[in-house]
Amino acid sequence: MARWESVIGLEVHVQLNTASKIFSGAGTAFGEPPNTQACSIDLALPGVLPVLNAEVVRQAVLFGLAVQGKIAERCRFDRKNYFYPDLPKGYQISQLDEPIVRGGHVMIDTDDGARRIDLTRAHLEEDAGKSLHEDYAGLTGIDLNRAGTPLLEVVSEPQLTSPGEAAAYFRALHALVRYLGICDGDLSQGSMRCDANASVRRPGAPLGERTEIKNLNSFRFLEKALVFEIDRQIDVLESGGTVERETLLYDAERDETRPMRGKELSDDYRYFPDPDLLPVVVTRELLAEVRAGLPELADAKRERYQRTLGLDDHDARWLVADPDRAAYFEAAVDAGGQPKAAANWLMGDVAAALNRDGHPPSMIPVPAGQLAKLIERTLDETVSGKIAKSLFEMLWSSGEGDVDDLIAAHGLKQVSDDDALTKVVTDIVAANPAQAAQYRGGQAKLLGFFVGQVMKATSGKANPRKVNELLREHLGSP
Amino acid sequence: MTTLGTLTETRDALAAKAVSSVEVVGDCMKRIDAARHLNAFVTVCEQEALASAARADGAIARDGMRGLLGVPIAHKDIFCTDGVRTTCASRMLENFVSPYDATVVARLRAAGAVMVGKTNMDEFAMGSTNETSHFGPVANPWDVGRVPGGSSGGSAAALAAGLVPAATGTDTGGSIRQPAAFCGISGLKPTYGRVSRFGMVAFASSLDQGGPMARTAADLRLLLQHMEGHDPRDSTSADAGPTPHAPQQPALNVGIPREYWADLGDDVAGPLEEAVVSLRRLGHRCHDVSLPHTAFAVPVYYVVASAEASTNLSRYDGVRYGHRAAEPADLDDLYRRSRSEGFGVEVKRRILTGTYTLSVGYYDAYYGQAQRVRRLIRQDFLDAFGQVDVLLTPATPTPAPALGALTGGADPTVMYKQDVYTVPASLAGLPALSIPCGFADGLPVGLQLIGPYFAEDRLLALGEAYQRETDWHLRTPTAAEAL
Repeated sequence: MARWESVIGLEVHVQLNTASKIFSGAGTAFGEPPNTQACSIDLALPGVLPVLNAEVVRQAVLFGLAVQGKIAERCRFDRKNYFYPDLPKGYQISQLDEPIVRGGHVMIDTDDGARRIDLTRAHLEEDAGKSLHEDYAGLTGIDLNRAGTPLLEVVSEPQLTSPGEAAAYFRALHALVRYLGICDGDLSQGSMRCDANASVRRPGAPLGERTEIKNLNSFRFLEKALVFEIDRQIDVLESGGTVERETLLYDAERDETRPMRGKELSDDYRYFPDPDLLPVVVTRELLAEVRAGLPELADAKRERYQRTLGLDDHDARWLVADPDRAAYFEAAVDAGGQPKAAANWLMGDVAAALNRDGHPPSMIPVPAGQLAKLIERTLDETVSGKIAKSLFEMLWSSGEGDVDDLIAAHGLKQVSDDDALTKVVTDIVAANPAQAAQYRGGQAKLLGFFVGQVMKATSGKANPRKVNELLREHLGSP
Repeated sequence: MTTLGTLTETRDALAAKAVSSVEVVGDCMKRIDAARHLNAFVTVCEQEALASAARADGAIARDGMRGLLGVPIAHKDIFCTDGVRTTCASRMLENFVSPYDATVVARLRAAGAVMVGKTNMDEFAMGSTNETSHFGPVANPWDVGRVPGGSSGGSAAALAAGLVPAATGTDTGGSIRQPAAFCGISGLKPTYGRVSRFGMVAFASSLDQGGPMARTAADLRLLLQHMEGHDPRDSTSADAGPTPHAPQQPALNVGIPREYWADLGDDVAGPLEEAVVSLRRLGHRCHDVSLPHTAFAVPVYYVVASAEASTNLSRYDGVRYGHRAAEPADLDDLYRRSRSEGFGVEVKRRILTGTYTLSVGYYDAYYGQAQRVRRLIRQDFLDAFGQVDVLLTPATPTPAPALGALTGGADPTVMYKQDVYTVPASLAGLPALSIPCGFADGLPVGLQLIGPYFAEDRLLALGEAYQRETDWHLRTPTAAEAL
């Protein structure tokens, strides 16, 4: 039994997938020149007022329904006051006492099977802008493109017991919001950011003092930061010290956590209800409408893959872990691809190629219909498995083309014709009398030599099953 | 007809082509120039105004009169105006030029009104005397040694001196009604939400309300029609339907809340009592009513308004626009000095008060408690309007005080108490009209009519009827006649 237990809770900021900001009509496009996605409201000019983007509410409700949380009939926005140059109003509009979603849960996969992680709440808020310290010597640049971007902050209960579980939870949430279509899930663009609260204690002891690691934007960094921080806390406690409540940043280059200075820290945010915004009312009509639009989520998909597509638990679980992967799989199956074969392709060559290119499943260049056709042509023995792999590489690298056209153009059709193959086999056996004699003398493994020779002679197009059959016929018993 | 006429008269004269907009606006400019000692304007836009007037004359000649085409108007310098600086009478925004028009400004512009300038006010609308302005105090045209009231003091003084026939104001705790009373003009604080707050520099968001200021109740009606209406850019704006043109007015039950009369001096009580007699003569019935939580209104108001102001003014940090301290040593120094230099004493006092009342450990005792009492004050009014149609009260406890009389001492609550009769309706969000009802030692005295939500039509109709019966609103200061 471990001498220390770790207790972890996450606050994940999910950037909602809207064309305009939470309280203004400015765009939310990423990577635009600084301050081009910011209007007078985002700049907090005198006299401007926020107006709530209704789509943001719809997406939060969708999330609440998906995690089976309680959607507030009425909730409100509060001002969180602090000064920082990339916070134009001097306050962030957020939700303190009345979040739009309370409770709910997310299922995660752990080494010991599925685990339920309860959520405390999910609330809406606006993002701040960005301070650019590097680009201007001695000066700080302010880019307000991100200011006012809608965020759903999802707060978990402190039920995660290891860095690995924390990462699994972050992954599960990442998959969920993409299934719901409420976030593009692009971690590299900051579409999901996570603050981790961690403490350690002796088994059975009350909760220890916690620290908060801010702004983790990858599964791996989350896990590594927590591993470091938990070890650090244990070291502190074992050497007789006490853990201080503090806010930390994770330095990925040095793989360590460090206390954060200044930014966004205040002893007292002086929260109070924002008088510029009316309470948000979620009507029964909206609730019904959003509920009707709930997509099939991972658990339901996994069950369906097993029940109606005949996949095993492992394959189904792997497929549904990523919405883009699952969508691709379903598209291939819908186009006629045999499910088990499609799953194998995805787990095998597709995963390898994605891994090689460093791309996510959303960027599979081969149309799902072509993969389905490739599966079909393999199963009907038009091409061999080996040829199929090279066809797949052609499709992958060009990103276009039709399987049948490629087979025809490159003459890759499998030779299954008995007469043609019989002639090749006869010739090969005749040309290699010594090996044939050895084979007949009991060296059965020499069959592989003959198969290789036939394949060479047919440029790999011979149907391996037929070749084996014919060779055995012509060589006789080993 | 002279340009000292009312808004309605000016509009009718333009419609009849008895006078051109260029003439009317030109006359305004001359009077504004002659009345510079009043300090009623922060910015005068003579060239732009005359050019707009010429365009308006062309449009009238071509298509005839419509709306407020060619009518001169002054905007309180709290309304953002595209291309003309909006200072809020603060050093912080001394050189701030808004890239957009406030909704009120845009609507009046669309109606054809010609903006002649931006009027002086208390800094960020925080004050009851117009003495907190970065650009200096405004003088009361009735007695230049006295204050015009605040915070819309520039607009009130400009109207009293006949510099313009119409002006906009804003009212958070009495900032339209109190200067209207001190200057002998008419002013309306509409129901919270009737007039868009978009582009009105925020002081206290749950209380701020723009409204019309003019010489007569009929003018207020005309002006309000071109200011009001739902605005999708203001989430708190209401869709209450337009104010009608010429209503029929039945006999009303007028409530006289006794709490408002208890401490009233004889100089103000006299004209008010005469007003009651006038209303009775018009066929209305007057009853005593009680609004028991009235005494709490001023402290509640200063807690709520200061709390909201403390965060509304956080955006003035010297980073993006407005005053920035020279050569800041670091970020904290930039914030500290920009705000210390940019804000005046009264603004700082309210930011500090508001910051304190929102702080952890004090929130419940101050802001939370104030909001609870605010609901009681609102309930007082709802109960009263179960019995009566409108409430008649004094607008101010005294006539205009001398410059420095309220602000010279160390105790700011001396000034705050000026708002005792106006803040209750603000806290409840109710419409309230302030119109002249007599004089005390040569200084105007105003009465206030408070109505139920969105009963502006009823208040204005009563005011119009009263002004047909009386001529207090037509009196002008001798000094103004000499301009």
